[in-house]
Amino acid sequence: MSIKIDLSGEKKIATRESYGNALVEQGKKNPNLVVLDADLAGATKTEIFKKVFPERHIDCGIAEANMMGIAAGLASCGKVPFASSFAMFATGRAFEQVRNTIAHTELNVKVAATHAGISVGEDGATHQCCEDLSLMRSIPNMTVVNPCDDVEAKAAVAWAAEFEGPVYLRFGRLAVPVLFDEETYQFEPGKAIVLREGKDLTIFATGLEVYESLMAAEKLAAEGIEAEVINVHTLKPIDEETILASLTKTGKGVTVEEHSIIGGLFSAVSEVTARNAPAKILPIGIEDVFGESGPAKDLLKRYQLDADGIYAKIKAFM
Amino acid sequence: MNETELAIHANEIRKGIIRSVHAAKAGHPGGSLSSADILTYLYFEEMKNIDPADPSNPERDRLVLSKGHAAPVLYATLAEKGFFPKEELLTLRKIGSRLQGHPDMNLLPGVDMSTGSLGQGLSTAVGMALAGKMDQKDYRVYAVVGDGEIQEGQIWEACMFAGHRKLDNLVVILDNNGLQIDGDIAQVCSPYPLEEKFASFNFHVIHADAHDFHSLAEAFAEARETKGMPTAVIAKSIKGKGVSFMENNAGWHGKAPNDEEFEIAMKDLENIGAELCRSK
Repeated sequence: MSIKIDLSGEKKIATRESYGNALVEQGKKNPNLVVLDADLAGATKTEIFKKVFPERHIDCGIAEANMMGIAAGLASCGKVPFASSFAMFATGRAFEQVRNTIAHTELNVKVAATHAGISVGEDGATHQCCEDLSLMRSIPNMTVVNPCDDVEAKAAVAWAAEFEGPVYLRFGRLAVPVLFDEETYQFEPGKAIVLREGKDLTIFATGLEVYESLMAAEKLAAEGIEAEVINVHTLKPIDEETILASLTKTGKGVTVEEHSIIGGLFSAVSEVTARNAPAKILPIGIEDVFGESGPAKDLLKRYQLDADGIYAKIKAFM
Repeated sequence: MNETELAIHANEIRKGIIRSVHAAKAGHPGGSLSSADILTYLYFEEMKNIDPADPSNPERDRLVLSKGHAAPVLYATLAEKGFFPKEELLTLRKIGSRLQGHPDMNLLPGVDMSTGSLGQGLSTAVGMALAGKMDQKDYRVYAVVGDGEIQEGQIWEACMFAGHRKLDNLVVILDNNGLQIDGDIAQVCSPYPLEEKFASFNFHVIHADAHDFHSLAEAFAEARETKGMPTAVIAKSIKGKGVSFMENNAGWHGKAPNDEEFEIAMKDLENIGAELCRSK
């Protein structure tokens, strides 16, 4: 059954909300699932879990480094901890704890971060983490997943809850269109999904940029440019096969990510092509700059990460 | 086990530390020797359900060597306890060895947590203690922390949480040997006063002599009796304890003895061992 895609944008849910809801579902299935937070339960939406399972929600206070260590200790005793904070603090503040105490030990901890990227909005540069995928991708033993909508986010959490080992999950603050439906969508870790077929170029997109890229592809199609759009929800392990197969067909690639162009999707795709089949790849992302305050939608426009910006950049590239 | 028997084990453990660090030509003898009696007491007297045949028994007491650079003392203790042959101590820090420079829980049975990056181990011990409370288990968790290590802020994050959660199944043992790599802890960046610090984080604080088994026995018995709060045992120790030229010398924090020094060190320990056998 092929995946049904809703481009209407009528129904919107932030993936942090999906995360909170998915935790409840998984918590019902597994009594060992525990959730840790660092004084951000309202923002990360782990409060949804807390309401149902208060005894399994552990608020560590504003101490992310300690939270990651506690999660590791809990995992060593058979718990399945989801440790949550904003991407900045989960992967930045606590980078070394994640590296040494979670990934090196291969403990069964899920580092689940919300408020990734510039779509954090008004809080500005200090809270807009555009380096998390880069940081997490560089750690051995770490699986890195960046879901694009509600359905994918919930499926990714369900998979992570079953999977034995460290996982980084990236969620956003901004409500984004629900693209998929639960009947036809299936999450396969490490397997990118071709959402639209095309022959002229391949757009590799991740997170909320998947929807924006599909919309950009619509605009390109109106001008006779047929873009293939691939949803790369897993950045590590990266799906070499799907990337190479598509580029062999189209010969040209674009990566679109709400993340620095250093170390994230552009890097992951380029690492594949440089080794196997050199192809010109255009990076669309945050170009080695810090973000700034503003409404999320306006920021996406300003940094040319909305459909119009992507369309314009691809037109220039073609 | 009487105090002499414990002292004999501790002396064997010290020999293991010196032999392994000498063979590796690198490692941390000073802080390993200062913790030797503490680990001896914990593994040979205090901790429950420690069994080399069943190292991952979920009911076992757990030890986190938060000062992970003292790996040689943990390895020598586990070998003395029978987790692996003592000859393997000579593979310390060598390619392919299960005895990594810092403890690796996935390589060596008996290691409850990988540690080494200072400040991080205590948080994992807190997580273990919390899991025990959540599952209503009886096991206890012991975290051995360095007195230089507590300069790390994460230690106090962990203490704040442990005190807040009243984790009375957690005992933090502070190996207070007074020295860190750059010298006297009071000179480098003083963590004193110690008692007031732990007390203000809602710990029950006990002072002990890290090289007196009677003192350690009293401290751990009191910790066991303490309800509603975690315990901190401030264990006054001597860095390099047992090896004459290493005692109270920061220079032996992270340096291996050469062949000549090795002979002297082993002679010191042989003499202590002979004395213990006579008094047995």
